[in-house]
Amino acid sequence: MQNLQSRQRQWMPIIFLAPALIMFVIYVIFPICQSLLLSLYEWDGLGEKTFIGLDNYAELFTDEQFWVSLRNNIYWMVLYMLAPPLGLAVALFLNQKVLGIRLVKAMFFFPFVISQVVVALVFSWFYDPSYGLLNIAITSLGFEPIAILTEEKWATFGIIAAGLWPQIAYCMILYLTGLNNLSPDQIEAARLDGAYGWKMLRHVILPQLRPATFIAIVVTVIGALRSFDLVATMTSGGPYGSSNVLAYFMYEQSIFNYRVGYGAAIATVLFIIMDIYIAYFLWRMLKSEKA
Amino acid sequence: MFPTPIEKLSKPANISYRVAIWVALIMWLLPLIAVMMTSARSAADINAGNYWGIPSEWRILENYVEVFAVTPMAQYLWNSIIITLPAVIGAVALSTLAGYALAKFKFKGNTLLFATFIAGNFVPFQILMIPVRDLTISTGLYDTATGLILFHVAFQAGFCTLFMRNFIVGLPDELIEAARVEGVSELRIFWNVVLPLVRPAIAALSVLIFTFIWNDYFWALVLVQSDEVRPITAGLSALKGQWLASWQLISAGSIVAALPPVILFFAMQKHFIAGLTLGATKG
Repeated sequence: MQNLQSRQRQWMPIIFLAPALIMFVIYVIFPICQSLLLSLYEWDGLGEKTFIGLDNYAELFTDEQFWVSLRNNIYWMVLYMLAPPLGLAVALFLNQKVLGIRLVKAMFFFPFVISQVVVALVFSWFYDPSYGLLNIAITSLGFEPIAILTEEKWATFGIIAAGLWPQIAYCMILYLTGLNNLSPDQIEAARLDGAYGWKMLRHVILPQLRPATFIAIVVTVIGALRSFDLVATMTSGGPYGSSNVLAYFMYEQSIFNYRVGYGAAIATVLFIIMDIYIAYFLWRMLKSEKA
Repeated sequence: MFPTPIEKLSKPANISYRVAIWVALIMWLLPLIAVMMTSARSAADINAGNYWGIPSEWRILENYVEVFAVTPMAQYLWNSIIITLPAVIGAVALSTLAGYALAKFKFKGNTLLFATFIAGNFVPFQILMIPVRDLTISTGLYDTATGLILFHVAFQAGFCTLFMRNFIVGLPDELIEAARVEGVSELRIFWNVVLPLVRPAIAALSVLIFTFIWNDYFWALVLVQSDEVRPITAGLSALKGQWLASWQLISAGSIVAALPPVILFFAMQKHFIAGLTLGATKG
């Protein structure tokens, strides 16, 4: 009996894990390996694959569109970093107990719940060159109207601003939960010591909010690198590829230009950049696990 | 409590704060409010450039009826439902099993598997795109709901397993051990002991990934192409191309697409936030 049970216990985790693991291997692990391999081939998606070694990468590094996309991804990452502090600011603003505050908090969170396609439509509307609210505001101040999404130097920033809207909401929720879990004793003690306002925030509150900050930064970086929906819906990478990002550039090359091997090389570059953050996240997560 | 509770401040500060939160809310949601207003406008208003004022006539009912009558919006909505619900159920079911195995059994490679699920959950979609598309085509599942569902189940299993594993790790071992001593089979332990305890986590997870899958746009573009299967995100974006001038219809469609996750969020706010911030309390 004892023996049977321990043998059963040995096999049980494998049986429990099998369905999820099989699906994950088929749809995630295996495709990653295939893509990495495919980046060494020239392929139109239908005909013969031709092995060309690192030629796709060599071409990539001389492709101006690649550098524009990479530069835009860096803009995304840098500007997206505004989301955690702004989310914290909103959270501090709303962390009160007055009538209706729960409703207000929930509605502040709206932009994160709705689809990015809808966010894109909402903002295209907001930026509309002839009647959009933004241009009404700009012209009423006496400036020339700007067609944000059709001007090469503005398009990326217009899309990033749209993306910040849900991202700030996301960070706000993370921080609101963090603020909820603060230790009241520490705050009282600090108040007795004469800490208040900025000093209190910096030395007492922020250290306690570190777990929230960590998650906020991780999801923000990942969100910036994953940016696809907004670019696809608002500009399709245009005008003249000026608002392209790696994620959309890859899609464009593989689906519209039938350059699948080249697309795989772009995806590989994006994957490698992302791996840095994944590795950091894993390291932190597993370290806190052991502690 | 930080910042200092507003009740402790002067009366004018109190009143201005209470007003300020609502003003801030309206400013924050202004782009969305504009779309809601537009969904109630007449075509004449739009052509005249009345995008932001009060609609000259309210056509709420007419516009929403029209969007369902002249566009495949009802079909898109239905497609989103029959893709999202099975995918949520599948992903949660698989990951509850896997999460339990990772949380309560010691075996070689446990940590490695756990790390694999976490890492896989963060990879860019583009690295999966071509092989997943080819696989879906070669199995005859391209442009079917099943093709999308299978992918979503597999991909979401990464995040869900991370989530369930972290929840189940916190459950007391004693209950499971006690059942083992009594000679209860492992499957029964899972079903009768573990499952009732993880119900809150299942609720939180379901609400959260419902919105993730509902709002997916990328895979809807890559794995599906016809109106018969297209979910609402891809449908809406296709409509935008065809009905460029009819902003009142696009706006009404956007509101329809946004409603299900918003309603779900409102109905299950506590679960939703618990799901979203589970990782935020540790790490």
